[in-house]
Amino acid sequence: MVSTILQLGLDSLSGNALAVAIIGLVLVEAIVLYFGYGLLESALGKRVIDFLRGI
Amino acid sequence: MEILGVGIQLLAMFTSFGLLIGILFGFFGMGGSFLVTPALLVMGYKPNVAVASGLAFVFGTSVIATLKHRDLGQVDYKLGVLMIAGTTGGIEVGKIGLEYLQHIGLAGTVVSIAYIGLLGAIGAFVTYTALKDGGGGISHDVEEGDEGADDIPPIAQKIQSYNIPPMISVRGGFTVSLWMVLAVAFATGLLSGFLGVGGGFIRMPALFYLVGVPVPVAVGTDLFEIVFSGGIGSFLYAQSGAVDLSIVVPLLAGSALGARIGAGATNLVDEDDIKVYFGVMLLLGAIAVAVREAGSYLGIEVFDLVSLAIIVGAALLVSAAVVVSSVRELRASSSSPEPSTAD
Repeated sequence: MVSTILQLGLDSLSGNALAVAIIGLVLVEAIVLYFGYGLLESALGKRVIDFLRGI
Repeated sequence: MEILGVGIQLLAMFTSFGLLIGILFGFFGMGGSFLVTPALLVMGYKPNVAVASGLAFVFGTSVIATLKHRDLGQVDYKLGVLMIAGTTGGIEVGKIGLEYLQHIGLAGTVVSIAYIGLLGAIGAFVTYTALKDGGGGISHDVEEGDEGADDIPPIAQKIQSYNIPPMISVRGGFTVSLWMVLAVAFATGLLSGFLGVGGGFIRMPALFYLVGVPVPVAVGTDLFEIVFSGGIGSFLYAQSGAVDLSIVVPLLAGSALGARIGAGATNLVDEDDIKVYFGVMLLLGAIAVAVREAGSYLGIEVFDLVSLAIIVGAALLVSAAVVVSSVRELRASSSSPEPSTAD
């Protein structure tokens, strides 16, 4: 984790500030993934379903 | 090769594991953290890192799930806020307990034994009900709109009969004592903080069996509540730097995709067909932790590997069952003749 935190520039943080930064990162990732995969699904979902159906 | 200081193989492994867990979560409506923390313990992570990272993963996953369910209108916000209050206290006590056990060197053993008991008991219950009547127990399908259709379990009726003021009204058309709700919330929060689980696989059945909340509302309220309990739990641990982002980030990336696949599968597969696999998976999780503890006690290192193989194998088995059943249903629906409308 230390190397990850260093890479992300969080090494100067501690306590509450570190916790806010980490939880904020997880929250942002979750929102980005939700909308990102949603766009992917709307773009490719039908093709994947047709492929799985063997059409 | 490394990304942000983390080996590509490790990232790929966590992403794949997250995908498996996400499929289970999307399909069953449960967080899957009961698989993450034992897996991390087996891999040799410290108990506080395993618990903290499990909680952070649960937080991220529940945000995604809540976003998906926000439009269903099956969240009792008043009940959710009360659950948050009770759970917060439980998590704090659970965290203190875990840190004390870690201080005296018993954390790994106690957390593992608690997991064995909890996973084993719930796994046995789900398997028993699934085998007994081909789909008894709890349905997690929140999209059927059958709110209020479930009979109130006997224990919930008993709890609802305690008129200890103040009484609160809950969606589903009944009242329950505020103190009963807080007690259930505190107990599940205690387990959440102690074991590093979001508590969904404990709290959702508890809301149904103990409080009597209709299943769809129990699922929606539980998801809403997990956002806060997972967030608070991981925040408390993150203060001491115990959350390992190299675990959480790839797990979440995989689970977000898996959750979409699992959620899509609920429209295709009858959950009752799969429920027995889910119960077996919980039982295998309990066996995996037991094998690891036995290996630790006997000094046989290969047991750790066996334990990890059982955990991953269990998730793989059930995820594959969901995907294969979905593809089979898709192909069956495309090859079956169109229904006649002539009559």
